[in-house]
Amino acid sequence: MKHHLISATDLTRDDAVLILDTAEELARVADRPIKKLPTLRGRTVVNLFFEDSTRTRISFEAAAKRLSADVINFSAKGSSVSKGESLKDTALTLEAMGADAVVIRHHDSGAPHRLATSGWIGGCVVNAGDGTHEHPTQALLDAFTLRRRLVGGRNGGAGADLSGRRVTIVGDILHSRVARSNVHLLTTLGAEVTVVAPPTLLPIGVSHWPCEVSYDLDAVLAKSDAVMMLRVQRERMNAAYFPTEREYARRYGLHGARMARMPEHAIVMHPGPMNRGMEITAEVADSPRCTAVEQVSGGVSVRMAVLYLLLGGAWPADTARTDENGQPA
Amino acid sequence: MTHTERTLIRGARILGGSPRDLLIDGETVAEVGTGLSAAGAAVVEADGLILLPGLVDLHTHLREPGREDSETVLTGTRAAAAGGFTAVHAMANTFPVADTAGVVEQVWRLGAESGYCDVQPVGAVTVGLEGKQLAELGAMHESAARVVVFSDDGKCVDDAVMMRRALEYVKAFDGVIAQHAQEPRLTEGAQMNEGIVSAELGLAGWPAVAEESIIARDVLLAAHVGSRVHVCHLSTAGSVELVRWAKSKGWQVTAEVTPHHLLLTDDLVRSYDPVFKVNPPLRTEEDVMALREALADGTIDCVATDHAPHPHEDKDCEWGAAAMGMIGLETALSVVQHTMVDTGLLDWPAVADRLSARPAAIGRLGGHGRPVAAGEPANLTLLDPAHRAVVEPGAFASRSRNTPYRGRELPGRVLHTFLRGRATVRDGVPV
Repeated sequence: MKHHLISATDLTRDDAVLILDTAEELARVADRPIKKLPTLRGRTVVNLFFEDSTRTRISFEAAAKRLSADVINFSAKGSSVSKGESLKDTALTLEAMGADAVVIRHHDSGAPHRLATSGWIGGCVVNAGDGTHEHPTQALLDAFTLRRRLVGGRNGGAGADLSGRRVTIVGDILHSRVARSNVHLLTTLGAEVTVVAPPTLLPIGVSHWPCEVSYDLDAVLAKSDAVMMLRVQRERMNAAYFPTEREYARRYGLHGARMARMPEHAIVMHPGPMNRGMEITAEVADSPRCTAVEQVSGGVSVRMAVLYLLLGGAWPADTARTDENGQPA
Repeated sequence: MTHTERTLIRGARILGGSPRDLLIDGETVAEVGTGLSAAGAAVVEADGLILLPGLVDLHTHLREPGREDSETVLTGTRAAAAGGFTAVHAMANTFPVADTAGVVEQVWRLGAESGYCDVQPVGAVTVGLEGKQLAELGAMHESAARVVVFSDDGKCVDDAVMMRRALEYVKAFDGVIAQHAQEPRLTEGAQMNEGIVSAELGLAGWPAVAEESIIARDVLLAAHVGSRVHVCHLSTAGSVELVRWAKSKGWQVTAEVTPHHLLLTDDLVRSYDPVFKVNPPLRTEEDVMALREALADGTIDCVATDHAPHPHEDKDCEWGAAAMGMIGLETALSVVQHTMVDTGLLDWPAVADRLSARPAAIGRLGGHGRPVAAGEPANLTLLDPAHRAVVEPGAFASRSRNTPYRGRELPGRVLHTFLRGRATVRDGVPV
């Protein structure tokens, strides 16, 4: 599966550390007056977005451009073609145009997997978020920030993983692709993950995930090195996932008093966009412990590393690229 | 048109027994014995073949009228014959819906014209499958189609009062309501079985309780009003327990299981290949084992295919956009042999019971599901149980190709099928 990045489970510990280390090196480019490397000159990266996500799209776009790739932005939202036809036909079109990598955001879980395994295209597929399934580059950028903050040292903890670090993920776990990818990736990197949510927002089957599960945020704060607050859509209360915004904020929101119970070194993370007053108060969001903005800048470096390694460089233990059947690509 | 030819089947193992000869004279089995001879009769050498009564499917989507791009009555009945069936019940969710005497008569007539197997239309319970108003059940029963089984299949009759009234109403003509048990609110947007795999894949779950809660309610309603209820495509271990309990009370409850629920599990969804998308969804290994056991002990009365053809483009897409359903007529008997016979759970007489006698009894089809004996209608199928082959969808008689068994090796092959004495399949090919 090293030809694609569909799920955080595609990555071994060494794969993930290599991506983070590569991202650290590439991050230094951002400090130069000319923020551009020639690595992917002549390669074409398509951002195929079936769902609005300006943040993720511009992050991938910046990453590809800093590596000198040609970038095509394809927004399929609002297309009059039926959904089924459009994914296949769009894929065939991109293939005909010679896309070397397709970065796909899709409202259906599994669409990137389908794109990568259907034989419709030959290029690399990078999952930029599919339905309520996964968002592996978000997990990688979260790991990047975690490593910088919790391991630190020169080069942002290069070579290290997250062994022994305790990360708590709070919010709508049921519908969160960020949570799914993070549980897998952070566990792969040696972290101990706890997910916290009201029982209505945890999937049936969560007990089989490689993490702890808690309904009680206050009980886990004191033993967390990082607390990741997920965005909770207000509309969820209309489907009776929780009674009111206020009740949700009281029981699962992170406010100043709760933050004060976290260890001194612990950080607050948020993948954005934030619902201030819902899952996180302004006081916490604007505090120096909150890494939301840092996560965004790390996102460009991590996505550069992913594109670089998929398209240009070599992955460890798998220098020859293979397709899904294990045949040399 | 009355069939008058004679056919001598030589050396067939009737219901798996020792070799016997069987003479078909016209539309009837004339004689069963050893060393039969019949001058002028066509001879079928059936050495090593199993002879079963023609199979009866309680649950087939023939798609005509309205979706002739996926199947027609003609192609669907050819597929049925190829699978060893001599009668199928055509589900009502066509366009227009089979909710009037006119539509069910049209489907019935198309079936009679096809000649490959008897087509017994199922009537919709409610107008347009909308669950708002009872369809003219009596008119459908009194039509040429003589509808006995009524179902809103594809949709659940979820309103308890509507279900009660339908159950009561059809008592007047010994009808049965075949329920698609799916609590709609618990399954909004549902994509697959809710459990460990759905949690991992991020696909909205279709919980077992959505099926079981409706079955629990319906068996209680059937008991209360003294009516017959039939549970379509039962798929969970919990549903088995409920049906077992209802039967222990002596209530008139019957149930069917599909071949795919006897074999496949939700692990296959990890591929995100929509060929595995079906409603009710593929469940867990535990459910599969409970279903096999229930079919063996008779808690589940019969196997019904839920043959659901879809055009290629409705499956050649991402999971969320794909249609639900699988074709199954041409692989049903092979899957039953593989899951039930080769595992020692059912013998061939029991296969004849579950795939012919019981479904015919539930649908009150007089000429089908009969013993293989002299004087009975010559609705028969001959199976080679030793044959093994990899499923090749391109070889199907069905117009659609959405089989979940592509590339899978399955045992058994139907070589000959007779409908009232006339061969509909000869040497494995519909004729």
